[in-house]
Amino acid sequence: MVDLSFLIDPVYIATIIIFIIGLQRMSHPLTARSGIVWAGAAMLIATLVTFLTPELTNFALIAIAIVIGGGLGYIAAKRVAMTDMPQMVAIYNGMGGGAAAGIAAVHLLGTTTPATSTLAVIGGLIGAVSFSGSMIAFMKLQGWMRPRPITFPGQQVVNMAVLGLAALSGILLLWQPAFLPLSFSTYLPLFFILSLAFGILMTLPIGGADMPVVISMYNAFTGLAVGLDGFSFATPNYAMVIAGIIVGAAGTLLTVLMARAMNRSIANILFGAFGATEETTAEIQGSIKSIEAEDVAAMLAYANSVVIVPGYGMAVAQAQQKVKELMDQLESRNVTVKFAIHPVAGRMPGHMNVLLAEAGISYDHLFDRDEINQEFPGTDVVLVIGANDVVNPAAHREGSPLFGMPILDVEQARNVIVLKRGQGRGFSGIENDLFYRDNTRMLYGDAKETLGELVQAVKRL
Amino acid sequence: MELSLFWTSIYIVILAAFTGYVVISRVPVILHTPLMSGSNFIHGIVLIGAMVALGLATTTGQQIIGFIAVVLGAANVTGGYVITERILQMFDSSRKKPGKGD
Repeated sequence: MVDLSFLIDPVYIATIIIFIIGLQRMSHPLTARSGIVWAGAAMLIATLVTFLTPELTNFALIAIAIVIGGGLGYIAAKRVAMTDMPQMVAIYNGMGGGAAAGIAAVHLLGTTTPATSTLAVIGGLIGAVSFSGSMIAFMKLQGWMRPRPITFPGQQVVNMAVLGLAALSGILLLWQPAFLPLSFSTYLPLFFILSLAFGILMTLPIGGADMPVVISMYNAFTGLAVGLDGFSFATPNYAMVIAGIIVGAAGTLLTVLMARAMNRSIANILFGAFGATEETTAEIQGSIKSIEAEDVAAMLAYANSVVIVPGYGMAVAQAQQKVKELMDQLESRNVTVKFAIHPVAGRMPGHMNVLLAEAGISYDHLFDRDEINQEFPGTDVVLVIGANDVVNPAAHREGSPLFGMPILDVEQARNVIVLKRGQGRGFSGIENDLFYRDNTRMLYGDAKETLGELVQAVKRL
Repeated sequence: MELSLFWTSIYIVILAAFTGYVVISRVPVILHTPLMSGSNFIHGIVLIGAMVALGLATTTGQQIIGFIAVVLGAANVTGGYVITERILQMFDSSRKKPGKGD
């Protein structure tokens, strides 16, 4: 066979350049889609050229593994509903972390130099934490686990102890001191078990609403693990190093930006056990009052200004098309309709923008929190569609677990209508004061059906 | 690792980290989710490392772990791509006539 391995480095270099261009294009709305297509093409070529690596064996095994993993990944990603995207990002990210940990393990089992094995240990630790942590995040978002924070006394001490032991077993693995009776075959599994345990423990106390930030953090972790792993090869794999470190840095910045959008610090998210403290509902004054669709339709049709606040409930019910119909009906009656988009409405930043864009609602109708908050006192009707925590005035009350989170101040509007499936609480698990306000009325039912009724009722008026 | 290679590695890491930071430093909030998904796809490059690790594996233990690593890496690549593509497809539809949806 002709030795074509000279192709590997030029192709890897081209791959890196295209990845960077792709990421840059993904940072702008108009070019975003072409960015991922570019990156995808580069990844395909890099994978093919890797088969030319000198002395590579086990070709059949590699091909089978790619078909299994790639096939399952592809089918699952195609089938999943748009609302389940956040947990899918989590699970695929975890798999990347698991692959990084696996590479580290293979290298530690083979011949290494002190430098490559040290980097394999660090990469393995971070990859394993990202793997188990992402899996917990996935299970919480998927509803296989309670999304609320799981806490116990002395949690941080236990977590730090487990991390310390994982690091210690990693050091012993490299050092293998003669004065200890244990051997390499004990240290290696111990090291990975402790690393995986730390990932689980670290994610347990984090509440559902903070999950996107945590997934973004694990995304950065996986990038870093991949980058360090790149150095653990006998000949460094610079494509892995550069792509991994780029994701590590970009992911870290993204994590900070997302945390900032929620007005929280990373430390607070990781150690604050958001929403863990149970509040008594006794503090809340007033009662919950429900309303019928006909009455809401009249309120909307004869209003001057209406602000719609979409949330996860709209996403679940796939109600965005009905929202668009309602908007068209109201606009034909000269009602000003605006959308208030909270940065973390839904399960991820930008979730609502994507869904509303899908329904054909143009960007100039969408306003972010800072733009719209001052307009609420002059608004006739606010229609909250399946949003909860992002409109909870408890965020202004000291002592509430939500305290300090920037919210949409919808309670200042003249009338607030809350479309809701039932009387459940929001993702944070905290009771919503808004529902008890005098100017709030609840419209119960599936968002899509209820909106359909509203559209028909407005038409009849 | 030789000392010169060590310093070369430091140069590479610093420049790569800086690149990652600059590339996304002015991203609007609406693109946070697709970008997170997109960078999730980019670290799928771990697949090529897993392929080499499995391809050079000699013992059965190494082969088993390497095989799992390739499976996970391949799922990261295809899943990450499809998810990102699906999210970004929605941005595309805003520029077309609504209702046509593909």
